[in-house]
Parts: sequence; C-alpha cells; structure tokens
Amino acid sequence: MHVYANPARFLKIARPLTGLFGWAGVALIGVALAIGLFLAPRDYLQGESVRIIYVHVPAAWLGMAGWTGIAVASLMQLVWRHPLAAVAGRAIAVPGAVFTFVCLATGSLWGRPTWGTYWEWDGRMTSMLVLLFLYLAYIALAGAEKEKGGEGRITAIFGLVGAVNLPIIRYSVVWWNTLHQGQSIDIVQGRSSIDSSMLWPLLASASGFTLLFGAIVLMRMRAELARQKLEARMRRMAAASSGSGRAQ
Amino acid sequence: MKPKNQRLVLVVLALVAVIGAVLLAMSAMRDQAAFFYAPGDVARKGLPLDRAVRIGGMVRQGSIQRHPDGVTIDFVVGDETQATIPVRFAGITPDLFRENSGVVAEGRFQPDGRFVASEILAKHDENYMPPRLGPQGQHKTETLE
Repeated sequence: MHVYANPARFLKIARPLTGLFGWAGVALIGVALAIGLFLAPRDYLQGESVRIIYVHVPAAWLGMAGWTGIAVASLMQLVWRHPLAAVAGRAIAVPGAVFTFVCLATGSLWGRPTWGTYWEWDGRMTSMLVLLFLYLAYIALAGAEKEKGGEGRITAIFGLVGAVNLPIIRYSVVWWNTLHQGQSIDIVQGRSSIDSSMLWPLLASASGFTLLFGAIVLMRMRAELARQKLEARMRRMAAASSGSGRAQ
Repeated sequence: MKPKNQRLVLVVLALVAVIGAVLLAMSAMRDQAAFFYAPGDVARKGLPLDRAVRIGGMVRQGSIQRHPDGVTIDFVVGDETQATIPVRFAGITPDLFRENSGVVAEGRFQPDGRFVASEILAKHDENYMPPRLGPQGQHKTETLE
C-alpha cells in the first residue's frame, strides 16, 4: 500500500479510474434498474412494492461498506501514518452518509405499504439511524479538526470506535425481535432466499452503485489533494514575496 | 518494539476492549431492546397487564374471525413454542396481514388473557419470489365485490 503513499503516483492511477468507475457504474445502474423496475417479476406477497429493493439494499450495503472503509482508513492513519489514509476517510464520509440516508428514506417508503408504518423504533432501523448520526458526527469532527490544523487523529479514533455499530446493524435482526425481516442473502454460506430472477438485477444494481461510490470517493480524494497542493503553493509564494520584501 | 508495532498493539487492544464492552451491553439488552414479545416470552414471564406492549408472531392458519360489525377481527398469534395469544383488533389491517404470516400488534392484555390491539403491523419474512413460485393460495389477491 505504501507504493501509493506518494500522492503523485496515486493521482496517476486515480485519474483514469475515476472516469472508468463513474461511467461503468452509471451504465450498470441504468441497466440494472431498468431490469429491476420493469422486467423483473413482482413479489408473490408484496406485489410491485418489492421493486424498492433494487435501490434500498444497495444503499444499505454501501452505507455500511462506507463505514468499513472509514475504519480501515482510520487504522492505517493511526498505525502506519499512511499519508493518504486521512484523505480517504474524509472522502468516504459524505457519500457514505448520503447512501445511509437513501437507505433510511427508501426503507421508510417501503415500510408503509408492506408493514403499515413509515417508522418504528426496532433494532434494525434504530441502529441504521445511529449510523447516519455517526457519519454526520464524523463529518463535523473532521471539519473542526481541519479548521484547527490538527492531524485529524481524534477523527480517526472516532472512525474506529464507530465501527462497533456495524456488527450491531448486522446482528440486530438476530439478537432481538424486530419488525424488519431477517437477512435474505448469506454471503458466507452463499445462500439466498431471493429468487434468482430478482437476485441478479439486485446484485447488478449493487455493483453499479459500488462503482459509482468508488468514483465519487476518488473524485473527492483528488479534489482534496489538489486543495492541499494549492495551499502549499500559496504558502510558498507568500513566504517568497515577504522574504523578497524584507531584502529591499 | 518499533513505534509502528507499538501503535498497532495499542489500537488492537483498545478495539478488542470496546467491542467486548459493546457485545456485553448488547447481550444484557437482549430483552429490553426487543421490538415485541413473542407468545413464548409472554408464557414464560407472565402477562404485563399494567402497560401497553407489543406482541408478535405468526397468525395461526384459520384463526381470523370477522365480527358482524365489519371492522372487528379476532385472531390467534403463535410462535415456535406451544404458547398462543388470542388478539382482538378493530380497524384497518395492513395489506400483508394474513394467516400464516407475521404480525406485530400494539395494545394491552386484558385480565382474561386476551390481547386487545390498538395498532396492527404486518411483518414479512426474508423470502422474495415471483407469484408463480409462491406458496399455494397465498398469491391470490382478494378484491372487493
């Protein structure tokens, strides 16, 4: 990983990858949603409302994957002092928060026709709402530390500690009686209780949103690196002009 | 030890401590954080008569009975134990409320053991499939005649 510790080398790879991930992601999302919303069958029990799954589940996965990324970046920042880790963590936070919000909003809209309620304080919904609040707190903390000019170590510690919410979200439907149903897809055992005619569009949509997420993170990392470069250059110029001013 | 490894050990120890603490807290909250009581829980702990609670489980096959007034229904909620709870509810049920399907009801127990619900939520399971593959008799939608 330290090969990419040099921002110039990272940028050389990140630049073409941004476009590739972005366009491939948008194309895949378009195809997957077209299949999911128009061609895939309706559910035997829920009817047409099941189609929210093609946005809701990818958003939920990415909301949780985002914080996993923040935790890994925080670890690399704290232990190995990787120069890009802090930039990566902060770049993930905003899209992660957006996808978590999309998950909550679509879940709420889905809950009304199926369960009969927009919101209930059950274990899964509450822990997902906590994840959104963690994201907002992380963004605020990162902003405050940047303003102070610190190394962002408190933000990284928060990113690591906040990761304990991830197993809570995952096991909320196992530990407690919840209104939300149990998990449909078990990656470890490779089992799914979603019929394959609905599962494939779902996985395609999730892959598309993941690529888009990656493109947004790369874009935000490049913007932050460019900003840091600009700041350093301005500082050098200011130092040079004040130095020449004293010489006269 | 190199400072890098020192930091790694420190972070891992701190993480193990935090995760351990959270797991202990979560297992202690097992009952309090539950969204509803299953019939088995009620049979084990007795009926909470003094306050509004939520109960949940499966609506027993053939147990839904409609009263002549058109809005009141009686049904029986069961779970994997032998325990069952008779429920009465007056109002509009969600579309997914049906026999052999999950339900969560909010309300109060009466002294005779019947649960009078003020709100009914439908709980569905983790299976998704097209109508032709659905369990027999469940994919039929009823229409008003």
